[in-house]
Amino acid sequence: MNGNENKVEAEGFSLEALQAGDAEEFSRLVDTYSTKIYRLAIKMLSQQQDAEDVLQETFFKAYRGLKSFDGRSKLSTWLFRIATNEALMILRRKHPDFISIDEPVETEDGEQEPVQIIDWCCLPENELLSEETKEKLDAAVQKLPESLRIVFILRDINDLSTHETAEVLDLSDTAVKTRLSRARLRLREDLTAYLGERVNELRETQLNPPAEPSTKTQRKVVLHSKGEGNK
Amino acid sequence: MIGSTKKHEHKECRKLLGSISEYVDGELSEELCSLLEQHLSDCEDCRVVVDTLKKTVYLYHTTAEEENLPNEMRQRLYKALNIEEYLE
Repeated sequence: MNGNENKVEAEGFSLEALQAGDAEEFSRLVDTYSTKIYRLAIKMLSQQQDAEDVLQETFFKAYRGLKSFDGRSKLSTWLFRIATNEALMILRRKHPDFISIDEPVETEDGEQEPVQIIDWCCLPENELLSEETKEKLDAAVQKLPESLRIVFILRDINDLSTHETAEVLDLSDTAVKTRLSRARLRLREDLTAYLGERVNELRETQLNPPAEPSTKTQRKVVLHSKGEGNK
Repeated sequence: MIGSTKKHEHKECRKLLGSISEYVDGELSEELCSLLEQHLSDCEDCRVVVDTLKKTVYLYHTTAEEENLPNEMRQRLYKALNIEEYLE
């Protein structure tokens, strides 16, 4: 057999080598995708130990399953599908009342969602990326129902396209778009509740600076002028 | 807690709310896109929703990029998979 016949390149990997159990090629696969799979697992499950279990189990299963990988989907899509199933299995074990990701989302897009209007984009980057804000970001993701959370993670954390996400989850492209929209709107609401407060606090401080100079170090934060903070 | 915020209840805005996510991804159909942009040109509330939604996605994206696989976990993974010799 000449080398060209059986050499299938899959996203820069030699499928032939992977299927033959080549450890070096497999380690390249692990190196390329372990961080993304870790991010998927930690955002989905929030516990380090659970994330580690998902990570290890995903690559165990991938190693064993590579021989029968038929190349119909992308290698990365296939890996994310294994990781998603592992994460969902842990969720089901921990929460027996778990809702399947296949269940349709119950209401029309945006119909019943509350919408708060505060422009917090004017907050400086160090406020928006503070440790406290990061905790709020994580907490908001954990509040999403699993069916929305996984779509958000694949699309906005792991950068998969709409179609790749649909393939991983066995959903239609339209269902992915709808769920992503709902997830993002809910996250925006949660962040607005928190960051809107920050905008108000900072405006108060700027409008009514403390009468006496404080001995404590004040955080010096200047709001940009764009947009109205509260209306 | 959010006494200073206003509920956004305009019917047209409600209808367009579900399109904003696709709009920020640049995936909205031409027809809906121009409808939404026309609306945005005279609805400040919706402009705020678009801007804060964009920023929400940006914040998650930026913070996720910083979240790397902890080194010890990586080492345990390579060990479990018996590919330790390829650890860099």
